[in-house]
Amino acid sequence: MTTDTAPRRTWRERLSRADMKATPYALVSPYFILFALFGLFPMGYTLYASMHSWKLGYDDREFVGLDNFKFLLFDYDRFNWSVVNTLGMFILATVPQLVCAMMVANALNKRLRRPMLWRMLVLAPIVTSVVAVGVIFSRIWGQEYGMVNGFLDLVGIEKIDWQAGRFSSWLAIASMVDWRWMGYNALIFLAAMQTIPRNLYEAATVDGASQRQQFWKITVPQLKPVIIFTVFVSSVGGMTLFVEPMMFGSGRLGGGTDGQFQTTAMVLVDILRTHGNYGISAAAGWLLFLVIGIVAAVNFLVVNRIQGNK
Amino acid sequence: MSTATASRNVPTPAPRPAPQPPRKQRRKRPVESGDGVYAPTVFTRIGLIAVSVLSIFPLYWMIVIASTSTSNASGFPPALIPGGNLGEHLRQALADPEANLLLGLRNSLIITGIVTFSVVLISTLGGFAFAKLRFRGSKVLMATVLFSMMVPLQQLGIVPLYMVMVELEWLDTLQAVILPFLINGFGIFMMRQYVEQAVPDEIIEAARIDGATTLGIWWRIVLPALRPAMVVLALLTFMLNWNEFLWPFMVLSGENPTIQLAIRQLSTATWSADLSMIFTGTLISIIPIAILFVVFGRQIVGGIMEGSTK
Repeated sequence: MTTDTAPRRTWRERLSRADMKATPYALVSPYFILFALFGLFPMGYTLYASMHSWKLGYDDREFVGLDNFKFLLFDYDRFNWSVVNTLGMFILATVPQLVCAMMVANALNKRLRRPMLWRMLVLAPIVTSVVAVGVIFSRIWGQEYGMVNGFLDLVGIEKIDWQAGRFSSWLAIASMVDWRWMGYNALIFLAAMQTIPRNLYEAATVDGASQRQQFWKITVPQLKPVIIFTVFVSSVGGMTLFVEPMMFGSGRLGGGTDGQFQTTAMVLVDILRTHGNYGISAAAGWLLFLVIGIVAAVNFLVVNRIQGNK
Repeated sequence: MSTATASRNVPTPAPRPAPQPPRKQRRKRPVESGDGVYAPTVFTRIGLIAVSVLSIFPLYWMIVIASTSTSNASGFPPALIPGGNLGEHLRQALADPEANLLLGLRNSLIITGIVTFSVVLISTLGGFAFAKLRFRGSKVLMATVLFSMMVPLQQLGIVPLYMVMVELEWLDTLQAVILPFLINGFGIFMMRQYVEQAVPDEIIEAARIDGATTLGIWWRIVLPALRPAMVVLALLTFMLNWNEFLWPFMVLSGENPTIQLAIRQLSTATWSADLSMIFTGTLISIIPIAILFVVFGRQIVGGIMEGSTK
């Protein structure tokens, strides 16, 4: 067909040919040019920087191989502890959050009047910026005048200095994450629940399965892909936690007196902003990236298995 | 359990012989009555009310404290009655020269406005190309987009991006905040899905036969069809970037903050220990998003739910 029409092409046809061939690339090029500049190039540059001794304000940089990584892993306690802290807060925040989100989604999936109103109510915390969440919840968990301690005082339990302990500070920070994101995840679960074919439930009801059994035997297994998705998103978000612990520690990067709630992202920013050390902070960035990958992989395996056993 | 709920719910619809006009109307709109399989039990309702109270309460409490005085913010039970000081506090907070709230609002509006416009524009261009145009390498390029959605480039790229901004002497400028956020992989993905559904191939073929160029098809056929999806993407992008903290925190100083940075300053500076004022400032930072949420709540809920199942 092409050989047949080729000799008789007018300039108009040629132009429309060129349009068909070239325009698609023109349409996608803004994305990829910006992605190369602000996504790919930084990634490569981080690798370069992480292997050099390189500080802000100094022009000379020296190749040091893996020394920056070694420093972080073996000579800078705060880094390793920050990974522990981040993992702890991640688990404390994610597990109850996703369990609650699943229950709320199940409730929202019933035949409710005004379903949109309920969904908006559950989603409402998302309007609050993370900084605002930090401001409000830091007061709720405050030692002297905080609401939680006020309640404990009322029922006769001694006031707790939530910031002081490792576990207690993690708990307070996890509550901020949970409050802001639970409704969001509930809506994602709800969306997936609505795609489950109705006749599965009808058949189960005919077979005499209770609603609770149906939830565990039909709903949860059917949601497996979406659970994997939310766990993945939560892993990335949780391992890069930054603003909540910073605001909990009065806006500082140290994460409490002994760094008991300093996350890895805080260490990275601290090295970069406070110490101006490009090399070591770049290495911290790569290590954080690696940790995220490991956590995501482990989570994937765990979720996959729990489901498989049922 | 299922039989119990069923029998409990049987009497409710039955003894209503006279169908009054408002009831009839409600029945005509199936969307309003939810599309779940099962009717909610009492526990479901109580649980949902509890969750809704929990998600609204911290915001409500913030307004109470902002509209009364700091002394109200201590202990348990929390203060629940708003006062009449909100106007005065708003005036004070906005006038405070060191808090920079007005400048923060202005900067955030500029940054978020430009970023939102760019993300929506670039996503409709790319989404159209990936959905409807055939070009070599499109599969690989789309895979790159998906990859960029999954990988937390922000944390990894923050070190070199910061280095670049230092080199360019762009620290403390708005373009430093704006440029890395002009694209969003999720936007491309979402628009591609939407174009595939909303724009039939036949219309594009017909337009081509009539001599329309690719860009003309995008402008006259694709963009009008994409309008609902563009609204949703714009809303989600606006919310995300209004609340963005880490990158602005890296490159901007307290002299030229976004609204989120201004709130952090206000809440941690020693000169403003007045909690009432801090909460007033925080409230100011939330108002724009809260208005969007109330006006476009349906679209936001829909966007989150649809974005996850695709």
